[in-house]
Amino acid sequence: MPGKTYVQTTINGEPVDFLCEPRQSLLECLRDIVGLTGTKEGCNDGNCGACTVEMDGRIVTSCLVLGVEAEGASIETIEGVADGSNLHPIQAAFLENAALQCGICTPGFIVASKSLLENNPNPSEHDIRFWLANNLCRCTGYDKIVRAVQDAAKRMQEA
Amino acid sequence: MTTADYERNKVLSSSDEHYRVVGTRPVRHDGADKVTGRALYGADFDAAGLLHGKILRSPHAHAKIISIDTSRAEKLEGVKAVVTAIDFPKSDKMVVGTGDEATTLEWLRDNIMASTKVLYKGHALAGVAAVNPHIAEQAVELIEVDYDVLPPVLTTQEAMAEGASLLHDSLTTEELGHDTGKVSNVAEHIQHVKGDIDKGFEEAVEIFEREFNTKTVHQGYIEPHNGTALWGPDGRLHVWCSTQGAFVVRDSLADLLGIPISKVRVIPMEIGGGFGGKIPVYVEPVAALLSKKTGSPVKIVMSRKDTFEGSGPTPGSNLKIKIGVTKDGTITAAKAWMAMEAGAYPGSPVGAAAMCVFAAYDIENALIDGYDVVVNKPKTQAYRAPGAPNAAFGTEQVMDEIAEKLGIDPIELRLKNVAKEGTRRVDGPVFKRIGCKEVLEAMRDHPHYQTPAPENQGRGIAIGFWFNIALDSACNIAVNSDGTINLTEGSTDIGGSRTSIAMQAAEVLGIPVEDVSPSVVDTDTIGFTAVTGGSRTTYATGWAAYKAAEDVKKQIIARVADVIWGIDAANIKMEDGLITSKTDSELKMTFKEFASQMGDTGGGISGQASVKPEEGIGGSFCGNIVDLKVDPETGKTSISRFTCVQDAGKAIHPDYVEGQMQGGSVQGIGWALNEEYFMSEDGTMDNSSLLDYRMPTALDLPMIDTVIVEVPNPGHPFGVRGVGEANIVPPLAAIANAISAATGNRMTDMPMNSGSIMASDS
Repeated sequence: MPGKTYVQTTINGEPVDFLCEPRQSLLECLRDIVGLTGTKEGCNDGNCGACTVEMDGRIVTSCLVLGVEAEGASIETIEGVADGSNLHPIQAAFLENAALQCGICTPGFIVASKSLLENNPNPSEHDIRFWLANNLCRCTGYDKIVRAVQDAAKRMQEA
Repeated sequence: MTTADYERNKVLSSSDEHYRVVGTRPVRHDGADKVTGRALYGADFDAAGLLHGKILRSPHAHAKIISIDTSRAEKLEGVKAVVTAIDFPKSDKMVVGTGDEATTLEWLRDNIMASTKVLYKGHALAGVAAVNPHIAEQAVELIEVDYDVLPPVLTTQEAMAEGASLLHDSLTTEELGHDTGKVSNVAEHIQHVKGDIDKGFEEAVEIFEREFNTKTVHQGYIEPHNGTALWGPDGRLHVWCSTQGAFVVRDSLADLLGIPISKVRVIPMEIGGGFGGKIPVYVEPVAALLSKKTGSPVKIVMSRKDTFEGSGPTPGSNLKIKIGVTKDGTITAAKAWMAMEAGAYPGSPVGAAAMCVFAAYDIENALIDGYDVVVNKPKTQAYRAPGAPNAAFGTEQVMDEIAEKLGIDPIELRLKNVAKEGTRRVDGPVFKRIGCKEVLEAMRDHPHYQTPAPENQGRGIAIGFWFNIALDSACNIAVNSDGTINLTEGSTDIGGSRTSIAMQAAEVLGIPVEDVSPSVVDTDTIGFTAVTGGSRTTYATGWAAYKAAEDVKKQIIARVADVIWGIDAANIKMEDGLITSKTDSELKMTFKEFASQMGDTGGGISGQASVKPEEGIGGSFCGNIVDLKVDPETGKTSISRFTCVQDAGKAIHPDYVEGQMQGGSVQGIGWALNEEYFMSEDGTMDNSSLLDYRMPTALDLPMIDTVIVEVPNPGHPFGVRGVGEANIVPPLAAIANAISAATGNRMTDMPMNSGSIMASDS
C-alpha cells in the first residue's frame, strides 16, 4: 500500500487537513476522507462536470485533480455556497425555476453557475450555454437550468 | 413573429375543474437538500467498517468460461473476500418479475454473474471486497480466467442469419405463443392482425415502404449504479442503493439469494436518474454475497465504463414499415416488421413497440410482426417508452413521405387518420378518451407551425404514443396535532414526484402543500409499491395518496360527528380544509382546529391506501415541431427551434411536467443526432466514456418550448395520464423529417450524425 501524504487546504473558508494516497483524486478526498459528499462522481474522467468545485478561484473537475495537488489551495464546494441557512440566489433560482429533476448534476451546475456570474454578471443565453457546456444534465434538457441562471443573474444584480 | 412574442410554456386545458393545489407550481419538498449538496444518493452512503467492492468483467463478447482462478486476488493484502457465480444458491428455473418484464431466475442470475459463458464484453464474472476501492481494483486484475472465445453476433440481422453463432443452447423460438423447439437466437415471434391486410393494400392508390435501422443507445443517467449491502448475523439483509424500485430490488434479492422476502430490507437512497435503466439489480446481489462472506457492509459503485458495458441499454433495431393510402391520404393498410435486440438474454421491448407503432392512427387493416432476438451485447432494459421511439422513427418518416408525395400538410394527413376514443388499436385494446387529435391541433395552431421555417432550414414534425402503466402503489398519511401531515410512500423520486404526490393529498384535505411532509421510505415501512417507471408514479402513487387522504377525511368526519359535535356524519362535509355542518351554520372547524383536538377526542388519525388502478390507465400522445439547419460542408445539424406538445391529462405540477417534456425531447435529440454504442467487430464498445458517447450539452440546444395539452383521463381522480415517456417517442422521426426537408435525403439509419448525413447525399 503506498504511503500517505499530509495535505493542508482551506475548504469553504475553513482550514482542513487530511492524509491521502498519491493516487487519490481530490474528488475522492473530498467525499471519502473529508466527508463532503455533495460533490458527485458521474464519470471520473472529467466529462460530466458533476464533481465541479472551485479551486483558487477557478472551476475544476475535482476527479482530474489529485488530492496532493490541493496542498495550500483554497477550495469551494457546494456545501459552501449557501450562507448558513440562507440559500445563495443561484440555489433559490434553481428551486423556484424547477431547474433540477434527479438532482445529481445540480451541485456541479450551481458551482459552475456561481463562477459564471462572478465572472460575467450579465450573461447572454449563449454565454450561459457555453459556460455550462462542461456540465451534463440528462433530466432537464437544460431549458430550466438556463432560465434559473438568467433569473439568478437578475436577483444578484438587484441585491 | 419572433420566439419572444408568444408564451414559451403554455397549458391548454379542456377541463373546467377548479383546484387549489393541483396545477400550481410549488417549490419541491426535497429541493433545499438537493441544491445544497445535503441529499444523500447511493454512493454517498457510509457505514462503520465499510468495505469496497469491484467487479471483474469479461474482455470478450462471447466465450465459454473454462476456469476462474481467484487465488492470487484473495492473497492480496487488504482483500477480504472474492465471490463468483458458484456463490449464488442454485434453484429451479422459475419466472420472476423484475419490475417491467418477466425473466427466468437462471438468466437473471447469469446476467449478474456469468457461470458457464460470457455473453457480452463487460459481463460480470467475479466480485472482490477490499478495504478500499483501489485495492479491490488491483485484486480484480489478479483474477485469472481461461476462455474459449466464440464468434459474437452483434445485430439482429447477424443473429437471425442461418448458421449464426448461438448464444444459448437452451433457447428455443416461441412462435405466436407456441414453443417450436428450434434452438436459435430468436426468443420470440409475436404478431398482431387487424382486418384484411391484402384487401387493404389492394384498395391503396399509393404504397410507401422503407427499411430502417437504429443502434443501441444508453439511458445516460449521470449517477452510475451503486449499492451497499449489510448481511447481519441475524440473517437480515439491509441494502442501500439508488434504484427505481426498492421492492424490485428486495424481491430480486430474495429470489437470487434464496431467502425470505421478510429478511430483506431495501432502503432507497436518492437516485441520480434512471429512465428505466435502474429498474433491475446488478451490483446489489454481489455486494450482499460479499457482505455475507465478510460480515461487513460492502459498497459497490460502477464506473462509467461499467455502466455503459455492464448495465442495460435500449436496443438497436431493424424495421420495415409499409403503408398504403388512397388519393386523399386515408390509410387503407399498414404493415410493420420489427426485430429488436434483446441483448444477451431474451426480453427486448418489441412487444411495447408493437403496441405503439401505429397507435396514433385509426387503421382498418394492419399486420404487425415482432421478433425478440438475443445478441452479444448487454441485456437491454427499459429506456423511456422502450421500443416506441424506434417504431415511430419508421412510421412517422413513412407518414412524412406520404404527405410530401400527396401534397398534403403533414399535420392534416395525421388528423385525417387520427386515433380517437373508440379506435381499436392493432394489438387489440380500444382507446378510451385520448388526446391525439388535441395534440395535433395544438401543434397546427402553434406560432411555431404558423410561421414558415426560416430560409435554409428544414422543418419536420412527428407524433408518438406511450400507453402508460398502473401497477401497485401504497401511501400512508399521519395527521399531526398542528394540522400538518406526514405522508410516506414507496416510489423513489427521480424528478419531483414526492411533491406531485403530496399535492394530490393536499388537494383532498384542503391544506397547503407546504403542510405536507412527504417521504420515500424503505421496504419495511410501506406497502408494496412497484417501480418508478412506465409513467405510473404521479398517476398510481398519486392515486394512493388521494385514497389515503380520503381515508383520513372519512375518519375525521366520523370523529367530529360522533365525539365532537354529536351529529349525524351524513350532515358533515369537509371542503377546502373546512369542516362544516350542512344543517347548522354555527358548527364549523378548520382542519388545524380539528388536529389540535384530535388527541383528546380519541387519539391520532392516520389513513392508508394500497391501490392498483389498472382500469384507469390513460395513454399519452406527444408531438414535436423542429426546425434545423444542416451545414452542407460538414453535415453538422444545428437545431434552431424545438416545440414539444404533450397530453398530460391533468398537469399536477406543470413545472415538472414541462421538465419531463424538455428532458425527453433532449434525450430524443441526442439519440437522433449522436448517440450510439459504436461497436467494433469483436463486440467491444469503442466509445464507453462520456467524451465519446456524445450526449447533448447545453451548448448544442435551443430552448425547448412546451405546450401541455390537458385532455383529462376519466380514469384518474384528477385526470392524470402520466407524462414521463411519450415525449421521447417523436423526436427521432421529427428530426429525420426535418433533415429530409433540409437536404432532400431520407435518413433511414440512426444516428443521423455528420458522417451519415454526408454519406446520404447522393
